[in-house]
Amino acid sequence: MKYVNEYRQKASIEKISREIARITTRPWTIMEVCGGQTHAIVKYGLQQFLPDSVELVHGPGCPVCVTSLEIIDQAMALAARPEIIFCSFGDMLRVPGSERDLLSVKAAGGDVRLVYSPLNAVELAEQNPDREVVFFAIGFETTAPANAMAAFLARQKRLRNFSMLVSHFLVPPAIETICSAEDNRVQGFLAAGHVCTVTGYEQYFALAQTYRIPVVVTGFEPLDVLEGVLMCVRQLEQGHYTVENQYRRAVRQQGNIPAQQLLEQVFEVSSQSWRGVGKLHHSGLRLRSAFSAFDAACKFELTLPSARDDSGCISGEIMQGRKKPGECPHFGRDCRPELPLGAPMVSSEGACAAYYRYHRPVIE
Amino acid sequence: MCLAVPGRVEEFLNHSPLERSAHVSFGGIRKVINLALVPEAVIGDYVIVHVGFAISRIDEAQAQQIFRDLEEIGMRGRLAEE
Repeated sequence: MKYVNEYRQKASIEKISREIARITTRPWTIMEVCGGQTHAIVKYGLQQFLPDSVELVHGPGCPVCVTSLEIIDQAMALAARPEIIFCSFGDMLRVPGSERDLLSVKAAGGDVRLVYSPLNAVELAEQNPDREVVFFAIGFETTAPANAMAAFLARQKRLRNFSMLVSHFLVPPAIETICSAEDNRVQGFLAAGHVCTVTGYEQYFALAQTYRIPVVVTGFEPLDVLEGVLMCVRQLEQGHYTVENQYRRAVRQQGNIPAQQLLEQVFEVSSQSWRGVGKLHHSGLRLRSAFSAFDAACKFELTLPSARDDSGCISGEIMQGRKKPGECPHFGRDCRPELPLGAPMVSSEGACAAYYRYHRPVIE
Repeated sequence: MCLAVPGRVEEFLNHSPLERSAHVSFGGIRKVINLALVPEAVIGDYVIVHVGFAISRIDEAQAQQIFRDLEEIGMRGRLAEE
């Protein structure tokens, strides 16, 4: 496939690998923010193309992993109601709530449907005027415009039976939280390329200056990730702290303006609870009051007692790059993809799922 | 979740602004994709697609830059060895 295969050629990868080794004089710790990048790194074994002194640690960029237990329990409660068709991206179906996951709600008779696009949920609402359709609108900035469009179209089509359970996260506040932690050991960031297709990267300049940390907007193919590392190491070795764009073919500095305008109309910035991390100011999106008719949490008056997250999953430490999956006592033992204790073992972007699938260390 | 893949715009199906859509081919597999967020995209362009929406048009000239960078790296590497 064009724009895929040419970024996976071994000769090119080795050339970049040699250049990274040539310019590296000291140990560096770099975090890739997005779970999609984590998967590419583990799947293609990209760490082996880096000198031992360059360590990649995995970041918080997996919305499935950071969606709070309260919201997941709300999803279960909605999905179990007989009048509701509950629509979700596939990644969410196996994420454990306090007691069960969406697939087990479906097995017990709940009408849970997997959708590829939020527009599929809007279509379902049009096709089923006598049922309530609730879409589980999760994601980062990459997914937010698509979810915003679903709400916008539903309003335009005057759909009264469509609503969204919103769990949206913004990436820059999470990066800032990691930078400002006392025990932070991350020295450079590979920013999430697809998030930046929407947002652009102007907002990262202040972050790079404040924390004296290079930020390189990076793509997802093996060659992209390695070039991102090269650009980051080059800055670190030269004592530069700025924002660079490796993913030039898809990302412009100003981002996608029509997408930003749509987001502005539908959503507003709010505080948000990150599973395993806690509440972060200005780190989420919620529907504006003009769209409150499409807010499932209001429509169905959802109030659930806040649940205790005591599965033993150390997702917070995994998501902030403090620990790697192999350091978790449950990894590969009582936490596996078919029986996960937490979301990082479920999601196609979770670090634990990636390690389990592609890179399992020997387990005693 | 932020998985997005490049595909080629083949045929427009709907031109209304919000529901602007086209058949997009992913290595031969065609899907109907919403193109409302990339109004500049035309037939033959490659776009990055996420959950049924094109979120960016691929810039061909920029896509080639990495390969020019690689040549430069190769030359630098050879000079360093000499």
